Amino acid sequence: MDAFWIILTGSFVSISCGLLGSYLILRRMAMVGDAISHAVLPGIVIAFLISGQRDSITMLIGAGVLGVLTTFLIEFLHKRGNLQTDASIGVTFTWLFALGIILISAYAGQVDLDQDCVLHGEIAYVPIDLWITSTGKIIGPRAVFITGSVLIIIISFIIIGYKELFLTTFDPAFAAAIDISTAMWHYLLMGAVSLATVASFESVGAILVVALLIAPPATAYLLTEKFLFMLILTAFLGIFISVTGYYLAVSIDGSIAGAMSTIAGLLFALAFLFSPKEGIIITWLKNRIIKKELSESF
Amino acid sequence: MIQQVEDPAVEVHDLTVTYHKKPVLWDIDLTLPRGAIIGIIGPNGAGKSTLIKSMMNLIPHSSGYVRIFDSNIDEVRPQVSYVPQKESVDWDFPASVMDVVLMGRYARLGLFKRPRKADREVALDCLKKVGMEAYKSRQIAQLSGGQQQRVFLARALAQEAEIYFMDEPFAGVDAATEKAIIGLLREMSEKGKTVVVIHHDIQSALEYFNWIVLLNMRLVASGPTQETLIPSLLEETYGGKLTLLAEVGNLMHKKEFTGRDKR
Ligand SMILES: Nc1ncnc2c1ncn2[C@@H]1O[C@H](COP(=O)(O)OP(=O)(O)OP(=O)(O)O)[C@@H](O)[C@H]1O
Ligand SMILES: [Mg+2]
Repeated sequence: MDAFWIILTGSFVSISCGLLGSYLILRRMAMVGDAISHAVLPGIVIAFLISGQRDSITMLIGAGVLGVLTTFLIEFLHKRGNLQTDASIGVTFTWLFALGIILISAYAGQVDLDQDCVLHGEIAYVPIDLWITSTGKIIGPRAVFITGSVLIIIISFIIIGYKELFLTTFDPAFAAAIDISTAMWHYLLMGAVSLATVASFESVGAILVVALLIAPPATAYLLTEKFLFMLILTAFLGIFISVTGYYLAVSIDGSIAGAMSTIAGLLFALAFLFSPKEGIIITWLKNRIIKKELSESF
Repeated sequence: MIQQVEDPAVEVHDLTVTYHKKPVLWDIDLTLPRGAIIGIIGPNGAGKSTLIKSMMNLIPHSSGYVRIFDSNIDEVRPQVSYVPQKESVDWDFPASVMDVVLMGRYARLGLFKRPRKADREVALDCLKKVGMEAYKSRQIAQLSGGQQQRVFLARALAQEAEIYFMDEPFAGVDAATEKAIIGLLREMSEKGKTVVVIHHDIQSALEYFNWIVLLNMRLVASGPTQETLIPSLLEETYGGKLTLLAEVGNLMHKKEFTGRDKR
């Protein structure tokens, strides 16, 4: 049963991250995902210091606020400060992340958050942290409900805003011309990324969440040219990564989140080499066949 | 030569636009007639793209205002369509030709609503008009530059708007396609639609447009083609560059010809 809960949480997390990551990579904003996942840290710590408990809702709010603030800061430095996007991302998130680390170490005594857990997460603890009602009934692991709710929110967001997200991602100028607010959808998307990041952070940690945000959609992008397929394929890759990642970790007795990220990276490498679209081995083979045919015909 | 019209499609009043405090458009004041095919002409960096973007209020003005059909742009947005410069989007995006053309229908659909069968029919019809119906399921990454341009045009047509702003729709299309597109624009103008086109070729401009705007940061001229595409104004616009002088020479030559034809 433990395995089931862990894999379920892992799947929820990787589907949420992967779906949003699809938009990020098509908007050439992969690094923004990276930035948000790091910058939410002080939000979590501050929320914890204020409320004094590891209550997930408080943390979600704290992190969500910081996530959107991060995107504002990046936009602000880029537009007003005239700084390149990558530079403004680099400045913003390292600074906020460092602030979070300082807060954790300074309040280490009072804070029941440890650095390792924040950075690497511990999905193996999912089955231990149960949600128990006031009548004493055990409903199930808390993480499953949190990551599950976040997944539902994100899927609803994508279904409701499918057209708008699609258009503002592909052609923001045309979207603005027909009165679809690119800024609004940008910040909604960033809010959703913050939400997914925080929900994932307890289980996979702040660093590995980036792997789930970018690797599965990047893999799917290499394998299909249809946007909807890309989303669906990303979701299936997320599930596959959770299942194989879990069993890999069990067999080598290692970190589950680490194993999941490794699988995600391996899948990307495979797609990179063998994708029918632009895989380098397939392209090389095709070129060889063409050359051979050409030389035979002469 | 700046001619104003009554009941204009677009009215630009004392418009100044700056990027980072550097003025790009300076005190533009013009009116464009309804139902005309209007060419905006000027050298690279003259502010042509900036002008049509500020007409659609896509970038902030430093001063002045724009009115479209005597209304605030936000009240008539769905009636305004835009064909951006082709290079402004990533053509490796995972989308099909049909997906892109359907975007033209989004202005008419609210949140939640998916394009319906009727929308698909309009989109297909517009693809036919630009001769691309055979490519409707093709991924856009597999189109040539000219085909991409036609897809953008079909998307604008699918919006069924009243006024169209097109940023270099003829860039990179072959002569036959250019003729087909201009035929299409004429058809639209006959139906009373206003078409504003950024264009680079002065010779064909003479034949394509019935109204010309000459721009080089400042407004040099705005008026009927025959009165604006004249060597003195063109020189003022381009600042007497070598290549231009050659073009002007050609133009005069051509005028002589057309003049002779008429006689
Ligand atoms: N986003 C921007 N930020 C800063 N300057 C800009 C921006 N966009 C355009 N400019 C500047 O404004 C001026 C006008 O640009 P614009 O794109 O309107 O010219 P254009 O007439 O369309 O030129 P082209 O024929 O090359 O398309 C140029 O000097 C350009 O460098
Ligand atoms: Mg331009």
